[in-house]
Amino acid sequence: MSGGTSEYSIAADGSFTAPLELSYPYKRTVGPILSRFLTGLRDQRIEGTKGSDGRVHVPPAEFDPITGEHLTEWADVASTGTIVTWSWQPAPVEGNTLQHPFAWALISLDGADTNVLHAVDAGRADAIKTGMRVTARWADEPSGSITDIVCFDLTSGSPA
Amino acid sequence: MREVAIIASAQADNTSTTTSTPVEMLIPVIQQVLANASMTKTDIGFWCHGSCDYMTGQPFSFVSAVDALGAWPPIIESHVEADGAFALYEAWLKIQTGEIDTALVFGNGRSSSGDINRILTLQLDPYVVGPLWPDDRSIAAMQARACLESGVVTERAMAEVAQRNHRNALTNPKALRSGDHSIEALMAAQLVADPLRELDCPAHADGVTAVIIAAGDRARSLVARPAWIRGIDHRIESQNLGNRSMTTLPSAALAAHKAGVGNDKIDVAELHAPYSHQELLLTTALGLSESTTINPSGGALCANPMMSAGLARFAEAATRVMNGTADRAIGHASSGPWMQQNLVCVLEGE
Repeated sequence: MSGGTSEYSIAADGSFTAPLELSYPYKRTVGPILSRFLTGLRDQRIEGTKGSDGRVHVPPAEFDPITGEHLTEWADVASTGTIVTWSWQPAPVEGNTLQHPFAWALISLDGADTNVLHAVDAGRADAIKTGMRVTARWADEPSGSITDIVCFDLTSGSPA
Repeated sequence: MREVAIIASAQADNTSTTTSTPVEMLIPVIQQVLANASMTKTDIGFWCHGSCDYMTGQPFSFVSAVDALGAWPPIIESHVEADGAFALYEAWLKIQTGEIDTALVFGNGRSSSGDINRILTLQLDPYVVGPLWPDDRSIAAMQARACLESGVVTERAMAEVAQRNHRNALTNPKALRSGDHSIEALMAAQLVADPLRELDCPAHADGVTAVIIAAGDRARSLVARPAWIRGIDHRIESQNLGNRSMTTLPSAALAAHKAGVGNDKIDVAELHAPYSHQELLLTTALGLSESTTINPSGGALCANPMMSAGLARFAEAATRVMNGTADRAIGHASSGPWMQQNLVCVLEGE
């Protein structure tokens, strides 16, 4: 982890404070479900898994939330969707995909029954509203990560 | 079931920053809680600790915390990577086994070691959410907006929660912040994570809470009026934010039902709701009425010491039962984004 305080200081009681920057530099295997989802993002394709009740989970659920069974059936969903709720990030932090003020949002992608959390490049807080339509902006150099979607852009139009 | 009661508690002053080590923070509070119960170390059958390595920035940091207890002669101890309230639940279970009659439970955390909003990002899904680095306030703010736009809460109701907690904290010397704010001033304050304002957000603190619990007649022999644990239940919701209700807290409602909250009136409820709108959701989920005094301590809005704020709610509720100001009270602890986990405890006097 990084992004914490990085200053050396000496407190009133004489205690010396120094930065401690921990990182987590490991490779992880994400399993068959997330592997397919993240590989899809690399190819600008968004897929979800279908639950026992027919609901499409995006990001994909590995296990059915109702029965606990492994989920194996997939469904393509659109890279367009509708804002379900949002908040405003006035001061981006290290690791955010955008480095200027932006909105966080839960987005209901067309064809999905659960919501995706992502950034929306709305420009100003008064430019975004719940119910607005958005489209994924894809990274120029995809890596098989949720950040292959850089953010969503506000668009006009109605649900596909 | 064995009868178990909270018989003593102690809390450190909540501070916004400290240079003390966890052991230095723990020692005076451990000593104080033992003194409050007129007990010594050898009277304790089990020690259970709640803390988080992500707070200290060092793996297995809880091992060094044993230095604050003294591990010789040998003690029986355990640790949960969670708020101390969840350690209390483990200790309660341990007493149920019949192996022990007393337990000292404690939670501690130093939020100021790093950027707490950023550290809390690490509790999110590490594959499809964490890499975007949404901070804790932003996550809570999305929930708040969903509640506002669905009409479940209003901005005024949120301001009233902030006002009451900050007023209540005026009489809590342990609180990190307090004040007498008008609703108008609260509603006119700057948005820090639209739609949240600063006083809608938790007052993250460095703190320690310790509690002693004891079984049956052992509890009666140690204090005049133990706070009996009549029900305790822990429920968890999905880690997938996109598949959760933003306007209800089903896990809190279920835990409250299992703990028997609705069986009789509740005089006092100490609720670990980090954000103002969450207190409103929680009040509804627990089925509390106007007759219940909520957060006489000022709650997490006025001091949210990570890993002990939940146990502090138990301590505050128990104190009011023990001193006779309440006959029946709730201690509540939460954890995770949008209060993903809820632990509800019903405490009663005799």
